[in-house]
Amino acid sequence: MTNKMKERYNALFNVIQKLKEKQTQAEPELIKEQMPRSMNPVEQQEYEKQLNQQAYQWLAEQFKPKATWVRNAVLAFVVGGLICTLGQLILNYLKGSGLNLKEAGLATVFIMVFLGAFLTGLGVYDKIGKYGGAGSIIPITGFANSIVASAMEFKREGYIYGMGARLFTVAGPVLVFGFIISVVIGLTYYIFS
Amino acid sequence: MLPQPVKKIGKQTLQFTQPPVIFSMSSIVGPMEGKGPYGKAFDYVLEDTLFGEKSWEKAESKMLREAIKRALLKVNLEAKDIDFMFAGDLLNQIVAANFAAREINIPFLGLYGACSTMVEGLALGAVMIDVGSAHRVAVGASSHHNTAERQYRMPTEQGAQRVLWGQWTVTGAGGVLLVKEGSGPVITHCTVGQVIDLGIKDANDMGSCMAPAAADTIIRHFQDLGRQPSDYDLILSGDLGSVGLNITKELLGFEGYDVKNNMTDSGVMIYHPDQDTHAGGSGCGCISVMLCGPILRRMAEGLYKRILAVGTGALLSPISTQQGESVPAIAHAVVIEARP
Repeated sequence: MTNKMKERYNALFNVIQKLKEKQTQAEPELIKEQMPRSMNPVEQQEYEKQLNQQAYQWLAEQFKPKATWVRNAVLAFVVGGLICTLGQLILNYLKGSGLNLKEAGLATVFIMVFLGAFLTGLGVYDKIGKYGGAGSIIPITGFANSIVASAMEFKREGYIYGMGARLFTVAGPVLVFGFIISVVIGLTYYIFS
Repeated sequence: MLPQPVKKIGKQTLQFTQPPVIFSMSSIVGPMEGKGPYGKAFDYVLEDTLFGEKSWEKAESKMLREAIKRALLKVNLEAKDIDFMFAGDLLNQIVAANFAAREINIPFLGLYGACSTMVEGLALGAVMIDVGSAHRVAVGASSHHNTAERQYRMPTEQGAQRVLWGQWTVTGAGGVLLVKEGSGPVITHCTVGQVIDLGIKDANDMGSCMAPAAADTIIRHFQDLGRQPSDYDLILSGDLGSVGLNITKELLGFEGYDVKNNMTDSGVMIYHPDQDTHAGGSGCGCISVMLCGPILRRMAEGLYKRILAVGTGALLSPISTQQGESVPAIAHAVVIEARP
């Protein structure tokens, strides 16, 4: 360990000590790390760089506001629950007016997709999403939102290369992996039944 | 070793022998910025984000064009009286600036320094005037919340949650006219920054990405000129946001520079906390409009004698982020002094 490296390490150590005095945080990983015994100049430079980055990333983390997990989870629960309750009410109404379960289910999906798309068009759904998080993304209304939002966004680049080409920028991964999983499940079912 | 250029002091700072004058400036902001704490200090507040155009990109270009035109109009000059124009923005291939230049007809040099573009332009314009290559140079920069959002993040109507340390791209454009001789505040020095990357990979966490670059440029500036933070009435950073500003202050503190009292950030100033932008504003427009609007206005009122404007830019692209690259950042600084 050269003198220069020692200096650097001590400097970083001091920085972290100073911070620790201020706020009693968990000990950062890099202090526990043992300094390697011998390194060539290139390795040494790389090591110093990494040390510097680690120290900084740890420092930056201390300044970030803490995410409000509990509040987010509760809001997602409420918003998601409300959307699903609405879907259930529509389903019950349709069943009550004479459709069988399969038809009523299909019609409910249509209505919910329409509502998601409509609220996106009015510029309301992104505001619901701000509070609802996963609660408004996971239901089918969120799927409608992701497609309509892309359609609105890229319409200005034309209907073919704009809207048509980029309609699934957000929903694409959901479709691709959804299809793959459904094929896997279908094959599994076919082979084992 | 090559001889040191005469105007260069220390490692990165230039001193202008004939400090160029900020003769005129103009700022245009979007409706949300207009509702912010400095809403009344801007020259023009848009009624909606489209500015009478068909797309946000066109609106952004028009904002930049109008900002520069208004800056000229204020001092009764026309495009033909201007020698060169430096401008830039955040869009791919800086189209807002290029298309603005198409309409204005001033010899044009396009810039990209991410959100540091305005300060980069001021520095370059000042150099051009100082070395005697131009009499009048126009400088402009713009950003637009919706164009940036769709380019860097998600479609604007997508119902996704933003992180708490995320920043809101400012809709706004600033235009400045630098002249060789005239009345107004002068640019006395500029410090050209280095690209610094401390390995932050979260593209939503631009404050943390840019803070080391800002701190580096500011420290270098103080060292080159032998100055202290107390030599400035205000150190104004570009768009560090509340997270980045605090980190920068901390980093400067480690080096023994106490900026607690006189450093602030355009991104923190431009919105009310209850406007729900999370960590504050960002974008080329952020420091452009704050500088061209409230800050230089206050300077004219005699509130500030000498300020250090530090433009900070996160040099990322959506592709570099997706390929797992960390976000390098840059910061440039100019010293603006009021002249009696």
